[in-house]
Amino acid sequence: MNVEWMWGLAGGLLIGLGAAVYLLCNGRIMGASGILGGLVERNDRSAMTERLAFVIGLIGMPFLLRPLIAPQTQTHLTPDLAIVILAGLLVGVGTRIANGCTSGHGVCGISRFSLRGIVATVFYILAGGLTVVLFRQVLGVI
Amino acid sequence: MRSVFAFLAGGLFGTGLLISGMTNTTKVQGWLDVFGNWDPTLAFVMGGAILPMLVAWQMTRNRTPLVGGKFPAPPRVELDRRLIVGSVLFGVGWGLAGLCPGPAMASLSYGGVGGIVFLIAMIAGMLAAPKLGAQLDRMADAA
Repeated sequence: MNVEWMWGLAGGLLIGLGAAVYLLCNGRIMGASGILGGLVERNDRSAMTERLAFVIGLIGMPFLLRPLIAPQTQTHLTPDLAIVILAGLLVGVGTRIANGCTSGHGVCGISRFSLRGIVATVFYILAGGLTVVLFRQVLGVI
Repeated sequence: MRSVFAFLAGGLFGTGLLISGMTNTTKVQGWLDVFGNWDPTLAFVMGGAILPMLVAWQMTRNRTPLVGGKFPAPPRVELDRRLIVGSVLFGVGWGLAGLCPGPAMASLSYGGVGGIVFLIAMIAGMLAAPKLGAQLDRMADAA
């Protein structure tokens, strides 16, 4: 029996719970690109400590818990570093220009029925889908 | 207290990404690959994450955040070039590698050299974004 969707749903609920904690306690939208981007741009001094604490939790909990609950999990990232660098640059530039990514526009935007969040999500999913179809099915490079 | 709640939120986010399989690029690209061996997991993750947030946004009504201050203003409604172009660029990068910003950070401890290279490139892209965004605005004005 395929239980992967159940892990997906359970993990999704935890992600939403994290976003709810950040919203209801700190009054902020939990967007990964906004938090990391704000941290490296140092654009709001008053938010630096909580951004850093968020990133430490985000990196640290999987580090601590993976050996216990999901030791088999790997990223399976492509070994082609040219593609890794190009993809990283595009994700960094795109999320900051659009002012959000899968967590900010996707999770937090859709759940408040934000038009901008919904439109952003439609466009990055369409672009992502076309990219995978082109580079995997047509060109065979990823 | 802000930092304690932020650490808790980041920890829940990272744990959710880990157990949902969203730090595995094969599953993310598998969801985007509608003509291949399609993997539905991402839809369950997104749906699962939206559910608590539907409740949370309702709870913000006529209240203030626990630590004080204000809740975010209602979302803007105008669609602009930055939103569309930025989302398309992000989508292309997301499809190429199967990583978005959250999972790129969450998987840092087990993503190997490639994961570190991705994160550095992503930060470089973030630092370049204000200039590229301004360039985009000038092109919009000229058009």
